[in-house]
Amino acid sequence: MKKLELTAQAEDLMKSHSLQGFPNEICGFFYGKTVEGVKHVTVIKPVVNAKEGDQRRRFAIDPLDYMKAEQFVIAEGLEFLGIYHTHPLHPAIPSEHDLKQALPSFSYIILSVQPEKVVDITSWTLNDDRAFEQEEIISNRNVNTSANKAS
Amino acid sequence: MARLIIPTPLRKFTADQAVFESTGNNVKEVINQLIDEYNGLKQHLLDERGDIRSFVRIYVGDEDIHALNREHTTVEANSVVSIIPAIAGGSY
Repeated sequence: MKKLELTAQAEDLMKSHSLQGFPNEICGFFYGKTVEGVKHVTVIKPVVNAKEGDQRRRFAIDPLDYMKAEQFVIAEGLEFLGIYHTHPLHPAIPSEHDLKQALPSFSYIILSVQPEKVVDITSWTLNDDRAFEQEEIISNRNVNTSANKAS
Repeated sequence: MARLIIPTPLRKFTADQAVFESTGNNVKEVINQLIDEYNGLKQHLLDERGDIRSFVRIYVGDEDIHALNREHTTVEANSVVSIIPAIAGGSY
């Protein structure tokens, strides 16, 4: 199983963002470095959910926000590791819709959210057969994390 | 030369190169030069008719080529061209 290391600050920022957005889905990017096959998440970037209409079960990211993210990682010497989003009132398991839109190499963190609590966090990545495989999330509360506000 | 930014998920097809420099004069020429160099990208960028796939956006600077002259949009020597995959999902 592939591994993804998540600092306490990164986890806390995603959780607070998730609760702020409830009952809608929220989304964002995360950046960092891959060392010996382990993805180390060091920067969380909340992004506006650009989905038009009902956002309780769908999210979309504005192309300009994606473009800025790619420019950011090049400028900062980081890796664009993946995308996080919530499943309000649903399990942290990728849906068919998630699979349809998924891209190779990215990690997809999913947070399952109830009205006042994030009840589960999982991470997934595509294999060579375009199926999701779960990644092990390693919690590391001793690493500093840069956290950015939503733009 | 124009600079083309390769999105992270497609860099496995460009030997991890993030930037491709092109002498193309329009978007179509730039994309074709990229595919000539990295043939594995073709199926991800073009459909069976050779057109740019509907879920791939191309921006020149901050402008979507759909709002300009599409594949024929002019690219200057100092242009930055971005390939942007659609990012979306949902709970069920």
